[in-house]
Amino acid sequence: MLRVEGAVVRFGDRRALDHVDLEVGPGETIAVLGPSGSGKTTLLRAVAGLQRLGEGCIRWGDDDLAGVAAHERHFGLMFQEYALFPHRDVAGNVEFGLRMTSSDRAARARRVDEVLDLVGLAGFRTRRVASLSGGEQQRVALARALAVSPRLLMLDEPLGALDRVWRRRLLTEIRAILDRAALPALYVTHDHEEAFAIATRVAIMRAGRVVQVGAPAEVWRAPVDAWTATFLGFGPIVAAEVRNGLVHTPWGSIECRVNPAARAVEAVVRPDGARIDDAGPIHATVVRAMFTGARVELAAVAESGPPLIVVVAPHDAPAVGDRVRLSIDPDALLVYPDRAD
Amino acid sequence: MRVGRAGRIAQVAVPLGFLALFFGWPLGAIFAHSLRAGAIADVVTDPFLRRVAWFTLWQAVLSTILTLAVGLPAAYAVARYEFPGRRAFRAFVTVPFVLPTVVVSTAFLALLGSDGPLAFLHWRPGVAPMLIAHVFFNVAVVVRTVGGFWANLDRRREEAARMLGASRRRAFVHVTLPLLAPSIIAAASIVFLFTFTSFGVALLLAGPAHATLEVEIYRQAVDVPDLQTAAALALAQIVAVLAVMFALARAQERRAVAQRLVGAADAARRPRGREKIVVGGILAGTTLFLGTPLAVLAWRSLHVGGRWSIGSYRALGTSASTSTLFVSPWAAVRNSVEFAAIATLIALVVGGLAAVAIAARPGRATRTMDAFLMLPLGTSAVTVGFGFLLATENAPRSIANSPLLVPIAHAVVAIPFVVRAVVPVLRSIDPRLRDAATMLGAGPRRVWREVDLPIVARAFAVAAGFCAAVSLGEFGATLFIARPDWPTVPIAIQRFLGKPGQIYFDQALAMSVILMVLTGVVVFAIERVRVRELGEL
Repeated sequence: MLRVEGAVVRFGDRRALDHVDLEVGPGETIAVLGPSGSGKTTLLRAVAGLQRLGEGCIRWGDDDLAGVAAHERHFGLMFQEYALFPHRDVAGNVEFGLRMTSSDRAARARRVDEVLDLVGLAGFRTRRVASLSGGEQQRVALARALAVSPRLLMLDEPLGALDRVWRRRLLTEIRAILDRAALPALYVTHDHEEAFAIATRVAIMRAGRVVQVGAPAEVWRAPVDAWTATFLGFGPIVAAEVRNGLVHTPWGSIECRVNPAARAVEAVVRPDGARIDDAGPIHATVVRAMFTGARVELAAVAESGPPLIVVVAPHDAPAVGDRVRLSIDPDALLVYPDRAD
Repeated sequence: MRVGRAGRIAQVAVPLGFLALFFGWPLGAIFAHSLRAGAIADVVTDPFLRRVAWFTLWQAVLSTILTLAVGLPAAYAVARYEFPGRRAFRAFVTVPFVLPTVVVSTAFLALLGSDGPLAFLHWRPGVAPMLIAHVFFNVAVVVRTVGGFWANLDRRREEAARMLGASRRRAFVHVTLPLLAPSIIAAASIVFLFTFTSFGVALLLAGPAHATLEVEIYRQAVDVPDLQTAAALALAQIVAVLAVMFALARAQERRAVAQRLVGAADAARRPRGREKIVVGGILAGTTLFLGTPLAVLAWRSLHVGGRWSIGSYRALGTSASTSTLFVSPWAAVRNSVEFAAIATLIALVVGGLAAVAIAARPGRATRTMDAFLMLPLGTSAVTVGFGFLLATENAPRSIANSPLLVPIAHAVVAIPFVVRAVVPVLRSIDPRLRDAATMLGAGPRRVWREVDLPIVARAFAVAAGFCAAVSLGEFGATLFIARPDWPTVPIAIQRFLGKPGQIYFDQALAMSVILMVLTGVVVFAIERVRVRELGEL
């Protein structure tokens, strides 16, 4: 369906997009994940037609969209902080796109009711947008983008300004709406939990490039490089050496399940990789325990190396100061070529 | 806005051309006259004119101090406290500011005159009524400028000072006052400039012994007449005003502190305990001060020979009044309304084009254009009128006598307000709104119509109301330009006031009330649009 091929966008000397390739299949949701300034929004704007490409092309099926103006692409875009029209009420915002194409007032009103119903805002028609809460504005923006039945929906940090409870709820709802409409979507976010929850595939961006594309579980299991692992919150990263099929880390030697090209490597334990194991080889002391509700994150100091992070259930969490024995799952030990090389 | 090449040229050429012709040329004429025959040297050395300059300066300083003394408490009450009728009070405080100078002067004459309620003060005419009238006019500037800023100051900063052990008074002096300083300086400089170039009030209330520069320019140009001296005085005044504006702008810049502002609602609360007495006293005092002259004006206009009567209004149709004005007073009303409509139209077109050009292309060139368009603000109305007089001196009669010169001069005065009202709104439109409309299928023209236009329309409505109010009340420039048989209402009032006899004074009162009502309607319309859609300007 949507294909981005070798897209380049330059702002002065800087490349906001640097030869980006990306594909969105039918009914697929691609989460574009990256830190701020990595080019996510530029990518959306380029696909939308609001930003001209320096090189490369964007195709819909077999059509090159270079000559198609933004307002003729039939793509929906939900803006960061929503960009609702302050001079129109809720219905006026949602109806806007319909008015561009249809003069049938009754049909438009029906469609407005339909989408407001879909996002759970039935009865909000005449409310002023300024009087809405953040979550409600977000739904209006979503309804406005959906009303015209776009062939592709793009969402730019749609949950950015909301609090945690709202984020969860709306994430579930957006997922459900996208599924029901079998609508292909590009979802931009800097939050990996959000990206993993919404996406069929995740595209990780860094400095204008797409560095990894894959299913959420796949990306989580094996981030492509040390930078990506850090970006996903893995850590700490330590210098290690691969010898005789073993990775020699400050925490001890662990079986190497990958085939690194170099001897000097950087190693990082995935958050699910270290666990309390009464027969484990690592002796450590718990120095910090962070209670987050369903789980507790421990920091445990071994004889050498930085503290290891261990996630446990609250009911069998040791106390700070306790001595514990740990083991590291060889499959969860990620090894990358040393960046200094 | 997306427009063709011709449109882009028009956006720049029309405003610059208009101002060059109707502002630059008259100003040039003043320059040319003042440079002849050592007029400037004569002006600077003339002891009488030096006294005029000195008087102009000290009365402006005193007026400014008095205005701050009256306006700051009101600004405090309105910014910090929530009370019933708060919005109405704010609107009410603004009324005097937009009232025509002749109306206010007439009101004070009615108040202080021989059979007015305050006749026992024997203040008429003199410096005191003029100063009070200046305060009356400019309280709005302080309440709006300082109060608007004060209302958005984060109250928690004061509370932080209190928590650190500062008393209420110390917290105010050491925290709030320094933060307010830029807005106080801004308000004071505006008041100073207004009172420094005071014309109508000075002419009608101060009496012949106390002339401001403005009055003296008029006297020299029309009564004496000595055009060279008048031109030299006008030039001296322009230089003085520009110097003051520049110095004050610098002072304000130095004082400005970036700070977080909060919504006005967060900073205001209901007064408690003793505050009720203080706030109530401030509100009552301000209301009494501002309301009394207007109430007395209305009451006196409906009182003839000690009885309720509409005789003063009836007399407007008689031959006695017609012979004073050469036309019927009702014709003056019609002139005023028509001139206001034409002036508003011109100012909106010229100022609107300029605003679009300035907002669309930020940069050095448009900043220069912006500054050039603000010049009429620093030029007094008398200077504009006098410049018109000089510029059309040698013009064909058909141009020199054209009634159209009046609304054109009004437009020159009003254009800066249009630009100031529209540019910020145009700039404030979130570009993503245009993108959002595009993504929903709107082409470029449709985007302008659906997004830009509805948002800017309100700014234009506010600007239009302001232009109309300016034009309706304009006195200084009109006095030079209006043909005797095409008087506006302010000119008619001035002529009535100039005739001895109670019957003429009664008619001046009636005309003043009519002008007050006309202006009031326009201002009320602005206030409604402004409060609902734009907040403080």
